[in-house]
Amino acid sequence: MGAVIALDTLFNGGRVWKGRPAAPPASVHPTGLAALDAVLPSGGWPESALSEILMAKEGVGELQLVLPTLARLSAAGERIVLVAPPYTPYAHAWHNAGVDLRQLAVIQAEERDALWAAEQCLRSGSCGAVLCWPRKADDRALRRLQVAAETGQTLAFAWRALGEAVNASPAALRLAIETRPAQVRVLKCRGGLAHPAPIALAGH
Amino acid sequence: MRWVCIVFPQLALDGVQRLHPEPDQPLVLLAGTPQRRVVQTANAAARALGLRPGQSLTAAHALSKTFASAEYDPAQIEHWQQFLAAWAYRFSSQVSVFYPRALLFEIESSLGLFGPWPQFEARLRKELTELGFRHRIVAAPNPAAARVLANLYDGLAVADDSALLHALAPLPVDRAGLNPQVATALARMGLRTLAQVQALPRHTLARRFEAGLLQHLDTLSGQRPLALAFYQPPDQFDARIELNFDVHSHQALLFPLRRLTGDLSAFLCGRDSGVQRFDLHLEHAQAPDSVIKVGLLSAEREPAMLFELARGRLEQVQVTAPVRGFRLVAEDLPLFVPQRQDLFDDRPQQTLPWEQLRERLRARLGDEAVQGLRFHADHRPECAWQAAVDKHPCPTLNKVQRPGWLLREPTLLAEQGVQILMGPERIESGWWDGADIRRDYYLIQTRAGQQGWAYRSVGQSDGLWLQGWFS
Repeated sequence: MGAVIALDTLFNGGRVWKGRPAAPPASVHPTGLAALDAVLPSGGWPESALSEILMAKEGVGELQLVLPTLARLSAAGERIVLVAPPYTPYAHAWHNAGVDLRQLAVIQAEERDALWAAEQCLRSGSCGAVLCWPRKADDRALRRLQVAAETGQTLAFAWRALGEAVNASPAALRLAIETRPAQVRVLKCRGGLAHPAPIALAGH
Repeated sequence: MRWVCIVFPQLALDGVQRLHPEPDQPLVLLAGTPQRRVVQTANAAARALGLRPGQSLTAAHALSKTFASAEYDPAQIEHWQQFLAAWAYRFSSQVSVFYPRALLFEIESSLGLFGPWPQFEARLRKELTELGFRHRIVAAPNPAAARVLANLYDGLAVADDSALLHALAPLPVDRAGLNPQVATALARMGLRTLAQVQALPRHTLARRFEAGLLQHLDTLSGQRPLALAFYQPPDQFDARIELNFDVHSHQALLFPLRRLTGDLSAFLCGRDSGVQRFDLHLEHAQAPDSVIKVGLLSAEREPAMLFELARGRLEQVQVTAPVRGFRLVAEDLPLFVPQRQDLFDDRPQQTLPWEQLRERLRARLGDEAVQGLRFHADHRPECAWQAAVDKHPCPTLNKVQRPGWLLREPTLLAEQGVQILMGPERIESGWWDGADIRRDYYLIQTRAGQQGWAYRSVGQSDGLWLQGWFS
């Protein structure tokens, strides 16, 4: 009880949830989906933190969520690192989405090394966003990624299977993508209650 | 002109000791014939055990068993002196190894860059301590006087010629760098200090002694220049550490590796160059050396980074035989261009630049692990990208719908439940390089709601092939 903590730092850090609705502050990293931004306590992707995107299968619009962010980061000269992507990024489509391909780095690695590489990239602080696809990551591995993202003040995105939704995760934001109808559900967001209603995904 | 003399009183011992992870262990250097091994030098811990230079090895073993020993090797002393000259080349272009176990270099012209002498001296001492060499530093108006004063003093800085005469005067004749016979003769004549010798009339000295005495006195006072051959750094770096035992794990190689990369970095700083490729040789008793090649994308010389990269490569190597020696060879030393760093950077303090991060990733994952991505003007999807970094911004492309993910190999799609949303779009290209395709592409949706990009080859009825995911 000895330490005196200023209330402002607690509120601004998003650690204490306030019942009184207030206008969400403008986030540094909007998702590009206005309806989603509106329900997230940070108004967009949580800064310097890990965001998890859960999906049943690929090809359901999981990249559409982040491409506007990547386009903005790459235009600002930030580097974007894809650690062991499951498929080849199609340069034409990424370029049409506005991503500056010169800022893109693709790291080919095995499953075990991929987590190490993602952690190194996050910790270094020289990347704007690090994208990874951990398949067999436990909560300790995700915790490492989350801490590394905090240390390097970098956006981290992890795509995982929808089945992981039942397991707890240290990620600051967890989104689940559903198909038929195509929509996004917020499973967890740090600093606020998860919005119960799903948000429609355009284009799918 | 101002000259600095750095004397290394225990160069042979330091050269051996700095390669050991625990420098406080008792250590003696042995010389002499195989029949009669004699202790040449002993470090402080060995002296505490009662070991003295000049003792025979049998006598030393009678006193204590718990000391390590190494060979006293004049070639090694020469090697370390050359290495230290390469280090000092960073501070002055006029470096000389004229005197054994000592370095001479001119600093008057370097003071503008390296700051006033006390600051410069502190830097020299710090770097030498990090390299693991004990030293005495003296600055004087001429090189011979600096060397002689370093016999007695440490940290003395003599400003000008009149101060030099005062500093030289109390020197005992046997420590003044004179020919031993001359020094003995002077001592027997009752002349104890240099001041007494200098007070004698020159013609009597010329009559009683050989010409060398007057020449030496004139060189000391700066009236006669000392001709010095200046050191030229070699064009490549080659250093070797002999391990005294068989090494089976790479853990035991880390300390020698840290020393070698540190030495390489000191050498590179002296030459103001960087290193882009170097080889680590692991020497075996029976088999030929295993060579580990370390390659970097740009020239570097940061010791911590060189160590880490070399360590990353070393840890991956499987070596069949135990290692007896360790050698680092760097032949290609390109110019080093320091990295530009922003004065106002909003990133945190511990930021690792992307170039260093890339090297670290390549060191562990392999040379080809970190790739770029660029657009390649080709209609065929499998040829429309390249794993390289574009120099110029990509031109504006047409806005046709393309999937974000491309499968490495097209896979056959089970057609039931697949709904065609859009298409066909015909892509027909590649007749010139043999990989000719004629395909009708469709935007499809599977029963699970996935949107994909699939094609049917024109004229063949082998079904739909999935090539990408719209995600």
